[in-house]
Amino acid sequence: MPEPERLQIVVNGQPRAVAAGSTVASLLQELEMTARHVAVEVNLELIPRARHAEHLLSAGDQLEVVTLVGGG
Amino acid sequence: MAIATESLTIGSHTLSSRLIVGTGKYSSYDLMAESLDASGTDCITVAVRRERLIDSKGQNILDFIDTKRYTLLPNTAGCFSADDAVRVARLGREILLGLENPGADWVKLEVLGDTKTLLPDPVATLEATEKLVADGFQVLCYSSDDPIIARRLKQAGAVSVMPAGSPIGSGQGILNPNAIRICLEYLKDGDPDYPVIVDAGVGTASDVTQAMELGVDGVLLNTGIAHAQDPLLMARAMKAGIEAGRMAYLAGRIPKKLYATASSPETGTIAPKR
Repeated sequence: MPEPERLQIVVNGQPRAVAAGSTVASLLQELEMTARHVAVEVNLELIPRARHAEHLLSAGDQLEVVTLVGGG
Repeated sequence: MAIATESLTIGSHTLSSRLIVGTGKYSSYDLMAESLDASGTDCITVAVRRERLIDSKGQNILDFIDTKRYTLLPNTAGCFSADDAVRVARLGREILLGLENPGADWVKLEVLGDTKTLLPDPVATLEATEKLVADGFQVLCYSSDDPIIARRLKQAGAVSVMPAGSPIGSGQGILNPNAIRICLEYLKDGDPDYPVIVDAGVGTASDVTQAMELGVDGVLLNTGIAHAQDPLLMARAMKAGIEAGRMAYLAGRIPKKLYATASSPETGTIAPKR
């Protein structure tokens, strides 16, 4: 059985390979992140939580995955 | 006492405390939570940052904040352009919507000029305010104490302008009370309920009191509590400072005079010895 195709993306500045067909939701799951605690931008565009499961990742995508931290 | 608990309205939000407290720089999340409680605040600021890719099971501030008790005020700290500030504001809103926190519709806008002074870039702040207001945000603008830019930010639709007392985290207090006075005069002209908040530079309780005595509606601070030797005690002091300053402002202080005025009657004194 052939290896599934891998896509190269960048998450928070770090290169990463994900399976073709990955979505924002599957990536968050893979990263073991609490979806409720984060917001995601793909190529400078915010992807609302409701679209995480349907938003397919493409090779070369630049993602920002952010959460809340202490601040003034 | 009724006056001490008098509420503060900013845009569509009504807060029971006039103190807004930041959540950064505490030595532990537990100490942060206890200090927030001691300060009496019901509104706390938070920042938006990249989630860690390693150690994703580490502590998250959201595990230590009761999001039903506090209205979160997300900031755009660390942004140096209007575009980045707008992106960060939208990301913060997205997280707060997921938390079902009422703070999802507002933002503390910071667009900084450089890392050394952390002073606001007034041109970029104005540009970001216009964009965020158009996007439906209630914008609270961190600003310098310049009355002209303060007025421009209000005209651009900011629900509150928040002049700095002195540079962020500097603890220098209110460096130019006269500038704050003029900001107040301009921002409240024909609009006395427009909220003006001193944000940044507050080092100790007397700074908070001084700000409130000038007639500002509230104070936003972080480092003054978080980096005090005893943050918990300082949180209580800041709470008392807010209440003292607010009451003194409402009470109306006596004018300052060059010469003395006797407090005891000047008539009826006994004959002086010759």
